[in-house]
Amino acid sequence: MFPPRQDVLRLMPEIILSLSGILLMLIEPFLSGARRTLIVTLAALGSGLALVSTIYPATLPGTAFSGLLRIDGFSVFVHVVVEAVAFLVIIGSADYLDREKIQHGEYYALVLFATVGMCVMAGAAELMTAFVGLETSSISTYILAGYRRDVPRSNESAMKYFLLGSFATAFFLYGIALLYGATGTTQLARMTFPTTPGRERLLDLGLGLMLVGLAFKIAAAPFQLWTPDVYEGAPTPVTALMASGPKAAAFALLLRILATVGAAGTFWFWALWVSAALTMFVGNLAAIAQSNVKRMLAYSSISHAGYILVALAAAAASDQVELGVAAVLYYLAVYALMKLGAFIFVSQLGGESERHMEIDDFRGLAVRQPVAAACFALFLLSLLGLPVTSGFLGKFYIFNAALASRLIWLAVLLAINTVIAAFYYLRVIVVMYMRQPNQTWPPAPMPWAVTFVLSIAAAGTFYLGLFPGRVMALATQAALSLPGR
Amino acid sequence: MNQTHILSWILFTPLIGAIVLLFVPRQLDNAQRVIGNVFGFLGLAVSLPLIWRFQIGTPGYQFRENYDWIPSIGAHYSLGIDGISFLLVMLTTILGAISILSSWSAIQNRKKEYYILFLLLQTGMLGVFMALDFFLFYLFWEVMLVPMYFLIGVWGSDRRLYAAIKFFLYTLAGSVLMLLAILALYYRAHEVAGAGAAYTFDIPTSLGAVPQFSTTLQRILFWGFFFAFAIKVPMFPFHTWLPDAHTEAPTAGSVILAGVLLKMGTYGFIRFSLPLLPTDAVARQHIINILMVLSVVGIIYGALVCLMQKDMKKLIAYSSVSHLGFCTLGIFALNPHGVSGSVIQQINHGISTGALFLIVGVLYERRHTRMISEYGGLSTPMPNFAAIYLIATLSSLGLPLLNGFIGEFTILSGVFQVSLRWTAWAVVGIVLGAAYLLWLYQRVMFGPVTNPMNEHLPDLNMREYATLVPLMLLAFWIGIYPKPLFRVLDVPVRQIVEQVNPGYYNSATAQRWGEKPPVAAANDAARTESDSTKALAASAPPAIIAASSEPIAVNTAEKR
Repeated sequence: MFPPRQDVLRLMPEIILSLSGILLMLIEPFLSGARRTLIVTLAALGSGLALVSTIYPATLPGTAFSGLLRIDGFSVFVHVVVEAVAFLVIIGSADYLDREKIQHGEYYALVLFATVGMCVMAGAAELMTAFVGLETSSISTYILAGYRRDVPRSNESAMKYFLLGSFATAFFLYGIALLYGATGTTQLARMTFPTTPGRERLLDLGLGLMLVGLAFKIAAAPFQLWTPDVYEGAPTPVTALMASGPKAAAFALLLRILATVGAAGTFWFWALWVSAALTMFVGNLAAIAQSNVKRMLAYSSISHAGYILVALAAAAASDQVELGVAAVLYYLAVYALMKLGAFIFVSQLGGESERHMEIDDFRGLAVRQPVAAACFALFLLSLLGLPVTSGFLGKFYIFNAALASRLIWLAVLLAINTVIAAFYYLRVIVVMYMRQPNQTWPPAPMPWAVTFVLSIAAAGTFYLGLFPGRVMALATQAALSLPGR
Repeated sequence: MNQTHILSWILFTPLIGAIVLLFVPRQLDNAQRVIGNVFGFLGLAVSLPLIWRFQIGTPGYQFRENYDWIPSIGAHYSLGIDGISFLLVMLTTILGAISILSSWSAIQNRKKEYYILFLLLQTGMLGVFMALDFFLFYLFWEVMLVPMYFLIGVWGSDRRLYAAIKFFLYTLAGSVLMLLAILALYYRAHEVAGAGAAYTFDIPTSLGAVPQFSTTLQRILFWGFFFAFAIKVPMFPFHTWLPDAHTEAPTAGSVILAGVLLKMGTYGFIRFSLPLLPTDAVARQHIINILMVLSVVGIIYGALVCLMQKDMKKLIAYSSVSHLGFCTLGIFALNPHGVSGSVIQQINHGISTGALFLIVGVLYERRHTRMISEYGGLSTPMPNFAAIYLIATLSSLGLPLLNGFIGEFTILSGVFQVSLRWTAWAVVGIVLGAAYLLWLYQRVMFGPVTNPMNEHLPDLNMREYATLVPLMLLAFWIGIYPKPLFRVLDVPVRQIVEQVNPGYYNSATAQRWGEKPPVAAANDAARTESDSTKALAASAPPAIIAASSEPIAVNTAEKR
């Protein structure tokens, strides 16, 4: 009746996350307005505990629940990333929700449930499980995107995300069905190339549909159109979550399929190549034209998906998957930290009902709030990819993987995009540091919780930029732990 | 101080200063600049022991430090200097201390950030000259962009934002290409070394593998590195960022930009581009021809544009394009005179152009304008200033007994061995250089005081003397007794020339590089030698050059 004890331990982070989500929903009605801090504390505690409990899956690698989940270094790495994101987002949201007067327990519960979904996606060794994880995380984020109920923009965001997202999920599901038809299994490891004539076309079709579904989730061109509107309309801490967590999970799923199913690498390669090139250019060129910082960051996250796709294409092109996979994993960690930091900063600076998101509102911020401005400048420089920040090493590993797989043109396109991107990141820094402060609108000082999140993200950005050795070793181990084709 | 860590100390003293400044409260206005200056001078002080510890004549790199940094990719924290980088490191620490001192009263707002960024910039530039690992080199190369960008953008003059972004984008575009080239080199060097070898970013090891590459790859690598350096130098078609950045930057920023930053480009040419030249003679000659033409165009074009300028700072900025043209011309002459002359000229340019920018800064602080037409007849109210300005001008235009002459003469003698035509064109540049610099001096300093606001300008104060006089002393020293510099450069330059132009020391193939047949060259060498003995007795300036070239001449004779 009960699953073996080991399997339960392997699933410990997911269990803790789900239980604390449920607990939050249960106790919320019993708490009066003054006790709101208790909710935040509980939620942070839950995600923190989940992060700590990752030690169980880390020490007990293997498959769980009759092969539905595969707990290996890879899934543990992604677990740590998404759980850390959830932890930081929860802490960074508290003040925002207070200000917007939408401080409710279900917000945190939804963040936790979304994280459960992402964790399942990271560990899924079977496509139905992956689908369940994808849906759990997606549906939670649909609701979160519309969390500012009385703001039309937020509603628009949720609606758009929901409609297009379900459409994409349907593609994914149809892909699973076709794959099942072609290979007779939903277990990734057992999906060998079909010998029956005519089936291989089915396999290709299924793989193609799945790629479309996941490309939507990671906002890769030409499926990126929803991103700017959804990111802009959603409450900013939710945007921070969407930009880092679900993206990491969807990339993880892509990688696992790529590394496990032999046909995927060859079939996907050109699609990944073209999509990587398109995504980089679309994201960066559109970001240049933005005057709203939040929207600019949304476009920038599209372009970053393009950078990661370069490494993915490198993994697909070569027999040695691990170089590309490790580069993706490292970049995911790096990217999650810097993007999360940037969005949390913007969420605080935006002020009541996110009125101050225009680039002009950042004028002279360095004089008003030197520390916060320095943090934001650091994140921007890291997104741009300057040495000493983690963004550089992330990009370096991608370059490295691309050149090792002989994707020279893709590497050159990535280089060109770095320069294009410099233009809009620098513009924000120029406004913050080189213009006179805005007299009419003094930004509120940073509350301690936001400062905490910013300092963690900044410290991580420096650490990953100067001493990548340990984390990169973990990423490489994670890449090697994939079953291989 | 640990003997083996001297380079790290030099490298990180400014960084320590920046971190200390970070914790100085904003209210202590004066303390910020005092601490900034203290660390500026400490940076110079810790570099002084290099002067007597550096072993002249020892081949290879000295003061080496090597630690694992990112073992998985083979990146090391690896430092070391040879004669060339030794001189550039000293130039950086000297100019750094001077420019920090020159900011004392010029910078009035946000002093704390200013000094922090300046010290960070120091660390970045020193790192570029010291790094012996491509990864580390690239890191410093990119990192110094940020402080310079802020220095221009925050403390610059009217069009500073435009200039700052332009500077950043130009340089970034070049360096990203270089990163790709570094990676390509990294992989190919590993393939050449064989499957068992470890991946490494070590600069000597990687460059050592280059001769075994295919000509196509060598060519690709050369151009990959070329753009980063050409933009930094800047060579002729890539120079457009320079006038903007130099003009808009604060005085100290211009001094460092012209004095040190541009040298990173020429240093890159010597250290990386020369070993990357294709081994195939035709391909190599093709590249050399292009670079020579670009250098000569830069020399003459820069000088002509100078004649048209109304803004003093812009004029000096364009003069850098012209002067750096000489440096690249010398480098790609591929012979000892050319290369060592080029290094000397890089030092000279740092000294004299640095001084000229400081001089414009002196005027700007008094009148807040850089327009030449606003001045005139300044030698009456400011006689001491006039004297120093004159020395700087003469040193920049290459008058004998001053440093500029030594550099330009040595470069031209090197280029002469390759081609008479290029030498002739370059000499036109010298003439034009004298024209624009003297004309500028005349318009600003001579004649009656035309603008009543200039009648009572105060002469130099003590702090301004402290920034300018050391540079003048250096200018005289190099102009009168440059032998120590040539001795320092002798071995590293010979190593480089032997590596990239083995024919030079081998008379059988000498005619490929020189236009003269071997016999004429031998006569030449003999004449130089006898000249040098005669001239030494007279102790005239040309003697020193000849004397310095003596070991080379002897060496040629021996080989023959």
